[in-house]
Amino acid sequence: MSWTSKHLLGLEGVTREEIVTILDTAAKFREVLDRPVKKVPTLRGVTVVNLFFEPSTRTRMSFELAEKRLSADTLSFTAATSSAKKGETLRDTARNIEAMMVDMVVIRHSAPGAPHFLADHLDASIINAGDGAHEHPTQALLDLFTMRERMGDIEGKKVTILGDVLHSRVARSNVWGLTAMGAEVTLCGPATFIPAEIERVGVAVTTDLDAAVGDADVVNILRIQQERLDGCFIPSLREYAALFGVTRERVERMRPDVVIMHPGPINRGVELAPDVADGERSVILEQVTNGVAVRMAVIYLLSRARAAERVEGAEILAEVGL
Amino acid sequence: MKKTLLRGGRLVDPATRADDRLDLLIVDGKVAERAPNLPADESTTVLDVAGLVVCPGFVDMHVHLREPGREDEETIESGGLAAVHGGVTAMAAMPNTSPAMDTASWVEFVRTRPCAAAVHPIAAVTVGREGKVLTEMAELAAAGAVAFSDDGSPVASGHVMRMALQYASMVGRPIIAHCEDADLARGGAMHEGLASTIAGLKPSPAAAEEVMVARDVILARATGARLHIAHVSTGGSVELVRRAKADGAAVTCETCPHYLSLTDDDVRTYDTSFKVNPPLRSARDVEALREGLADGTIDAVASDHAPHSLEEKQVEFDAAPPGAIGLETTLPVVVTHLVAPGIISLSRAVEVLSVNPAAILGVPGGTLEVGAPADVAVFDAERRWKVDEPWFRSRSRNSPFIGHVLCGRVTMTLRGGEVVFSEPEHDDPGDCEARESDARARGGLPVRV
Repeated sequence: MSWTSKHLLGLEGVTREEIVTILDTAAKFREVLDRPVKKVPTLRGVTVVNLFFEPSTRTRMSFELAEKRLSADTLSFTAATSSAKKGETLRDTARNIEAMMVDMVVIRHSAPGAPHFLADHLDASIINAGDGAHEHPTQALLDLFTMRERMGDIEGKKVTILGDVLHSRVARSNVWGLTAMGAEVTLCGPATFIPAEIERVGVAVTTDLDAAVGDADVVNILRIQQERLDGCFIPSLREYAALFGVTRERVERMRPDVVIMHPGPINRGVELAPDVADGERSVILEQVTNGVAVRMAVIYLLSRARAAERVEGAEILAEVGL
Repeated sequence: MKKTLLRGGRLVDPATRADDRLDLLIVDGKVAERAPNLPADESTTVLDVAGLVVCPGFVDMHVHLREPGREDEETIESGGLAAVHGGVTAMAAMPNTSPAMDTASWVEFVRTRPCAAAVHPIAAVTVGREGKVLTEMAELAAAGAVAFSDDGSPVASGHVMRMALQYASMVGRPIIAHCEDADLARGGAMHEGLASTIAGLKPSPAAAEEVMVARDVILARATGARLHIAHVSTGGSVELVRRAKADGAAVTCETCPHYLSLTDDDVRTYDTSFKVNPPLRSARDVEALREGLADGTIDAVASDHAPHSLEEKQVEFDAAPPGAIGLETTLPVVVTHLVAPGIISLSRAVEVLSVNPAAILGVPGGTLEVGAPADVAVFDAERRWKVDEPWFRSRSRNSPFIGHVLCGRVTMTLRGGEVVFSEPEHDDPGDCEARESDARARGGLPVRV
């Protein structure tokens, strides 16, 4: 199988083959989740720390669940404020974790590059669970997994990412993952939410919602963060909903088999109408379930890659039965 | 009578249009004679500089020496050691110290501290650099302030800037403008473009700089006052200055080695050594700056030497302070990225590193004509070497060039005829084996006479 990196810092530069490896592995773990005993002994003795410097419910829970179902020892740490404000530097936090002989760190941080910082300073495997507006690779992987389950091959499919692309790490990771898989990606949102020069990575950009979703196979809707409202990005939620909100009426003008996705949490009635969120085209809850399987796959593959790197690698591989 | 003879070098002295194989005789700290094959009597110290370039010592018009306030990062003394290590014999110290250099006593303090290089204080434009009340510029100028700047922060108010320009022109000193519209920059950590989009770092658009450059050149023209724009980093700014000069405004400007050699793409590593303000720009901007330097729009290259402690820099990119050390690497970066590729001549390099900044600040230096103080930089313009951390003499290590292979290295610095830096014999670890073949591959360097 083609996965050799011990870190997952982002999807930029990750190849199609590598993504397929993750998704295929995730498919196997997805089956585990349907069993009465939803647990495998694969990562017994492996210690994973979930380091959340930003509030998060679903991503943290999803990672914790994934780790527990792999039988890893886990602990979670949530800090409301950034490390810099707390007084302890990220470097000191990192060194403390190192001293505790941790094998893997899942990090969520408001500063882009914080996972790279840890990767530079730690021997442990690092998983980026969201760093500022940079990347959120496991979210994109679970989006890809869900698309693949729904549509089969992603190559050539038209995927529209809609909303606040500027501040969205989900959008960026999706762009890398989707373009690697050969999808045609369109980004759509108010002009103030389109990041500079993004078209140069090989995606289409438009501010016209109807043009963006007309023949889309997938519409992935980004969350509008309330805290962006004071920045002159959009005049009001009301106008945003009128121009870019995905309503029942708009869905009816889309392809009949369109897949509606959202990384959550949803602002009902803003970017997404409640009846669409709960409607038959929505796969939002499937995304959540698949998230656990995808994270199990990522943790498993990184752990294997890290073990292969180490002197005692062979031993561990034998232990986990590989 | 003390006599020193620099023998066998290539004398590059643009002020006298010299670029020849000339020996340089220094008597009692001043240039006494320049001629080929000068004889030396027994009382003369002979320094063999065969194959090396001899030029007026560099005048770095933009440095942060951190004293008073952050002596852990740099002192005037350690900054002086770094300066002469880079061939810099005079430097202009920015006032964003703690406290800010806004009184005559602090100007006097900075100017008179022991230092291997001459230190010319730049006093604050406004009290406490707060952008509200003008400093006592006449008294500050009398105490030795060569210019006024709130560098590190812009003078946000257009009215305050206009008044400052008028008042400073009365005391015969330029205003050095840090051009940044903070409202447009919005605390951005890097240049807005594809790289910031990919890195997800908060972007600051080129317009944040250019809007302020436009305002300030308009004010300079309106007041007739002398304006010098610090650390120009965008193609748009270069164009604004070009037009202002064509219109006859008394405007000069500088850029920095990092803006001539690095781009926003380097920031994608999240290495905080690449965090500077203004931020590293696009490859197009780098091209425009190189053109501006070649066509005379940009008058000077200054380091914007900004030491920061490891503790401050070893943090998330967002949280790191902007700034990079540069006193020691200016010459090699200019040689590597501008002289070696043939964008500017060696003579033009000496102009922008020495002649012009001395003229803009009205300080001694910039020439090795007979009678001038013997402030001299000697460098090997062809030597390729790898920058490594222990090599630096600054108290800080936040250089974006660590690990880079550069061409050109200062081997000796004299101030007032005294050798203040001389490269130790063994100190040549980075001299690349590949040097000769690389030079040949590039078609050789147009350097030796």
